[in-house]
Amino acid sequence: MPDPSSSPTPSAPEAAVDHAFGFETRMLHAGHVPDPQTGARAVPIYQTTSYVFDSADEAAHLFELKQYGNIYTRINNPTTAAFEERVASLENATGALATASGMAAEFTVMMTLLEPGDEVVASAHLYGGTRTMFVHTLRKMGVTVHFVDPTNLDAWQAALTPQTRALYGETIGNPQGSVLDISRVAAIADAHGVPLIIDNTFCTPYLCRPIDHGAHIVVHSATKFMGGHGTSIGGVIVDGGTFDFSDYPTIADPSPAYHDLAFAETFGEYGFLMKARAETLRDTGASISPFNAFLLLQGLETLSVRMERHVANAQAVAEYLEAHPQVDWVAYPGLPSSPYHALAEQYTPRGPGAIFSFGLSPGPDGPRATGKQFIEALELFSHLANVGDARSLVIHPASTTHQQLSAAELEESGVGPEMVRLSVGLETLDDLLWDLDRAFHAIRS
Amino acid sequence: MPSPSTPPDTATEAGPPLDDPHVIQRILRTASTIAIVGLSNKTQRASHFVGSYLQDEGYRVIPVNPTVDAVLGETAYPDVASIPDDITIDVVDIFRRPEAVPPIVAEAIAREVPAVWMQFGVTNEDAARQAQRAGLDAVMDRCMKIEHGRYSGGLHWMGMNTGVISAKRQAW
Ligand SMILES: Cc1ncc(COP(=O)(O)O)c(C=O)c1O
Repeated sequence: MPDPSSSPTPSAPEAAVDHAFGFETRMLHAGHVPDPQTGARAVPIYQTTSYVFDSADEAAHLFELKQYGNIYTRINNPTTAAFEERVASLENATGALATASGMAAEFTVMMTLLEPGDEVVASAHLYGGTRTMFVHTLRKMGVTVHFVDPTNLDAWQAALTPQTRALYGETIGNPQGSVLDISRVAAIADAHGVPLIIDNTFCTPYLCRPIDHGAHIVVHSATKFMGGHGTSIGGVIVDGGTFDFSDYPTIADPSPAYHDLAFAETFGEYGFLMKARAETLRDTGASISPFNAFLLLQGLETLSVRMERHVANAQAVAEYLEAHPQVDWVAYPGLPSSPYHALAEQYTPRGPGAIFSFGLSPGPDGPRATGKQFIEALELFSHLANVGDARSLVIHPASTTHQQLSAAELEESGVGPEMVRLSVGLETLDDLLWDLDRAFHAIRS
Repeated sequence: MPSPSTPPDTATEAGPPLDDPHVIQRILRTASTIAIVGLSNKTQRASHFVGSYLQDEGYRVIPVNPTVDAVLGETAYPDVASIPDDITIDVVDIFRRPEAVPPIVAEAIAREVPAVWMQFGVTNEDAARQAQRAGLDAVMDRCMKIEHGRYSGGLHWMGMNTGVISAKRQAW
């Protein structure tokens, strides 16, 4: 960025306004122009907590948000800014805010939008950790979340009340593989005057861009495919700039937490993200480390090529499982047998991600024991609680990620004791099929 | 949002677009003195944010506001016509209700100011078209601080999508 005090006119290269750059180009270039002193081509790691001010006046203006710039890495950081702008560009969004984790991204959105007494209508097909936060932690803040079958549009509509301040869903629900009809749910949100928030972790912007379909805010666990390497926890919030916050109380009203600044009026389409950064992130401190932002940038630079291989391997593994006599069902929306296949073709034409579940036919010791034996017999699939690594992963949700849910919640979330979840990686396909084959063999004998 | 990589969307039969990125960049790069109509002396008002920012960025800001004597250390004038002739105004930036815009545009035309700019939320297309017909550049429903931040790279520090893509070393 130009030195704020140096010149009355922008000195950055004139934006190429007549050419729309493609996804892969933006994956590699958005958010970073080589700096004037060093010309460093890669995004440097700015491992610093704070930044010197040019003058007392400049410092005051930065704190008042009258000037753009870096103050303190809890609020912003140059390495993190490159990651944020890159994700915003890939999601066709107005801006982004990176956080310490995907959970922090979700929590930051909720803390920025909601007040005690507010309600949220959310899909029941959510990551278990999200559901737990919505039920228990948001309740402590006086917020009530109503869960609905995301495939039933009437259920979304019926759950709305005058207190509803947001709708929330995942692009592809876990573990059913239910693809959300984003544009229809967005229409319900628009008619009610509230934003639709989408967790797009499973798809990444390469496979689906919810804002293009009418969603207003997108969150990611960047821990997963965005990073891809399984080294770094991180999250990001993206704002399409498409929701009009000028009548939305928490963003429009003068904020007592920022000397009565009215964020919507002052920052227009950037109002929500400016408030999320300047107030919520400032107060919760859930900011990402610059080093993690750097590692996540390394992942983003190869996102499209990795996702193509992920979905190709996932499709082949799903087809193999569906044809296998020891498998009762496979919930991959890329299979024509999936009830969500048509929606997948509409929203994820390049393939509906690489995370899906299947049900083992129970062996003599019952479904739970069969699941455990199967996972223990795998050699190449890593047994761990994560998804979206470059390596293939496997887990038995009923005894791990969804363990804190009651039996009724498990049932509503669709997690049965026979269910195994895979996150298909980038290994040689034959080796993945070889490994699964051996495990089926092991539980047969 | 007016991402620089999306074509302007306000081109109508009535005239050229009112959010043309070329026009926006030309105004920001060539102007040095900006008259801000409706510049408040209350520090938390959006107009004060914009005025203070533009001053920090090196522009001279001339307040136009009949209710105050001075803002941001500059003498305020009751209207554009009252600004002394020895101050050359390069663009008139308007923070007023849409109905209040036409006489301001008329004053800008009379003074031969090369551009008028209506802030975010200030929409009076007839007045904007009148300015264009008189040969002025016109921008409508855009924030001058945000647009400057987009093209100067300042907004980038806040994680915003500036749309700037370049492998060239940045020149300061
Ligand atoms: C869909 C989804 N959203 C959010 C999260 C939470 O992200 P993080 O672990 O980065 O906090 C996860 C993590 O598993 C997830 O799968």
